[in-house]
Amino acid sequence: MSLYRTLKEVPTEEYLAQGHRLCAGCPEAICVRLVTKVAGKDTIIVNPTGCLEVSTSLFPETAWKLPWIHVAFENGGAVASGVEAALKSMKRKGIIPKETKTHVIVFAGDGGTTDIGFQALSGMLERGHDVVYVCIDNEAYMNTGIQRSGSTPYMAWATTSPVGKVLKGKMQQKKDMVSIAAAHGIPYTASATVGTGYWLDLMNKVRKAIDVEGPAYIHCLNPCPTGWRFEPNLTVEMGRLAVQTGMWMLYEVVDGKLTVTARVSKRRPVRDYLKQQGRFRHLTDEDIAKIQRHVDESAAEMNKLVGQEVIGPVQES
Amino acid sequence: MSVKRIPLSANHAAAYAAKACDIDVAAVYPITPQVEVAERLGQFVADGELRAEYIPVESEHSAMSACVGASSAGARAFTATASQGLALMHEILFIASGSRLPIVMALANRTLSSPINIHCDHSDSMASRDCGWVQIYASSGQEVYDSVIQAYKLAEDDKILLPVMVCFDGYILSHTYEPVLVNSDEDVLGFVPKNVKRLLDPDNPLSIGVFCMPDYEYEFKYQLVEALGNVPDRLKKVDQAFGERFGRGYGLYEMYRMDDAEVVMVALGTMASTAKAAIDELRTEGEKVGLFRPRLFRPNPVDEWRAILSKYNMLMVVDRAMSLGSVAGPLALELLGAFMNEKDRPRFMNFVAGIGGRDVTVEDIKQMFRKTIDAHRSGTTMRTCQYYGVRM
Repeated sequence: MSLYRTLKEVPTEEYLAQGHRLCAGCPEAICVRLVTKVAGKDTIIVNPTGCLEVSTSLFPETAWKLPWIHVAFENGGAVASGVEAALKSMKRKGIIPKETKTHVIVFAGDGGTTDIGFQALSGMLERGHDVVYVCIDNEAYMNTGIQRSGSTPYMAWATTSPVGKVLKGKMQQKKDMVSIAAAHGIPYTASATVGTGYWLDLMNKVRKAIDVEGPAYIHCLNPCPTGWRFEPNLTVEMGRLAVQTGMWMLYEVVDGKLTVTARVSKRRPVRDYLKQQGRFRHLTDEDIAKIQRHVDESAAEMNKLVGQEVIGPVQES
Repeated sequence: MSVKRIPLSANHAAAYAAKACDIDVAAVYPITPQVEVAERLGQFVADGELRAEYIPVESEHSAMSACVGASSAGARAFTATASQGLALMHEILFIASGSRLPIVMALANRTLSSPINIHCDHSDSMASRDCGWVQIYASSGQEVYDSVIQAYKLAEDDKILLPVMVCFDGYILSHTYEPVLVNSDEDVLGFVPKNVKRLLDPDNPLSIGVFCMPDYEYEFKYQLVEALGNVPDRLKKVDQAFGERFGRGYGLYEMYRMDDAEVVMVALGTMASTAKAAIDELRTEGEKVGLFRPRLFRPNPVDEWRAILSKYNMLMVVDRAMSLGSVAGPLALELLGAFMNEKDRPRFMNFVAGIGGRDVTVEDIKQMFRKTIDAHRSGTTMRTCQYYGVRM
């Protein structure tokens, strides 16, 4: 398997048609386009309930040029298990050609992954189905209108983690889903984002995920202009800032070994990321300092884990 | 044509039938009293007798979800459950029928919590009767085996394309061993060649389970009504063809000593089998009683029910489930529905019995008959169901 070195090498085919109803600046469209380009035509998409599903499949139209199935919200892992098992069984029996190499890819939101779909995903990973599961993480239930999920970050505003006189948004930390997925001992786990500069990183991770036999999990940070409250032209910039501030670290875990795929030698302060998003508008300098300390700690942990400085110190610009 | 007579529980009979139908995917989760189905299928796969993919899912919700995925991909999919498992699947049951997927499920009927209880009544399947699934209620292990085979033939019919559940009484049937005639897998597969649509095909990409607004939803749902409407006729034909091939048949219902009956009992499953003994005894005592056992329940073959039952004066409907908050049990309600706007219709006596696995003996059925005969002769009308045998 050769990896992409430049964007010019990336296939030009598109599998998500124009005219879908996703918001302007939606990162999910970017993510789906990049992932499916890598996967190619011989792919079945499983798409649990969420923005992507409702915005791409409104009958009698569909934006999908690939076979696509939506069943419910909490069962992406189970539906994909069934599809994969069907392909395996039918190949073995010669119902479909034995040389068929159809990929099964799940696109599920953070709610459908870290909350309601958690069990079905865990079951799929534990049973070892040959499926690539992509969590398109926009850090809240955006489809129903910005409710907090297990993946919403600390102190972010959401309609069910509102900011008030007593509470300052979500009072819990973001669930570390990448570690949880990796803890299943699956062959490939990675974090990714659609941020500027990291598209090749994402696409090469998809290549590796498809290449392994057995389950692969990619957790892709998808900055959502509608829910995070920023201008839609800043989507990819927000993804870049997430990485450069250390709010989101890009790495992969292959057969248990963790490698950081995007080193950040000079980290930008989290303020640069938080201040651009309306969902963090209520944060005081103290709050921002608190988040900065959390990120510093995670960076230190990561450096310790890999045995070298991959995430550097904060440098004020 | 080769056939063997072997002792099987109804659970095992269901598993043998699924194997004979050469299912491609089995997604099962253990629950009492169905667990033997899951175990036996797993053993078949372990022994290389069944070349299916066996998915030991982490819940019944995932069992049904995996079946939906597998069936959409073109596989013949099978699962089995009971009680809480069926309740947990509830959401996906609608999606299986709405997506028109020919999934077959064996259901060992068991009551629903609370209180938790592992024994038989029909509250699980009755709570699922509006899900767009075909329900067949069997009364013997042989009928379970035959019904699972017939179920695939029915489900995959181009005029049907609906999921089917084959229901049998938990423990009473699921764990009772009886001699079952088991046909060779080749002969069975010859009767039910696969006809599962490959909806998820990269060469012909379709979007399945799409988002729909008020401008189309109703029409999709109405297509279910039409497909269900085709079921009685198709099942009759499937059963006839099955009978011609294998020499066993059941029709859409069973009638026992109904000819001159003053009171006809209507019941599902094993209670109907027990009723035959009660009827024989009452007949020797001079009472004219008979039995009507619907086998197909949902969709209800109401035209046939009406044609057959309208000439009787008194129906004694014995429900093995409660329809909480309603005046009658679910079977009685459905039968009453068959007589909507009919001037000449039988009177009804409705009992609820056998809840939570409470035994319904020959003597119990005789007592219900006697009460019904008395009510009939004295003209006493009951406006609600009677909870037979409950301690108050």
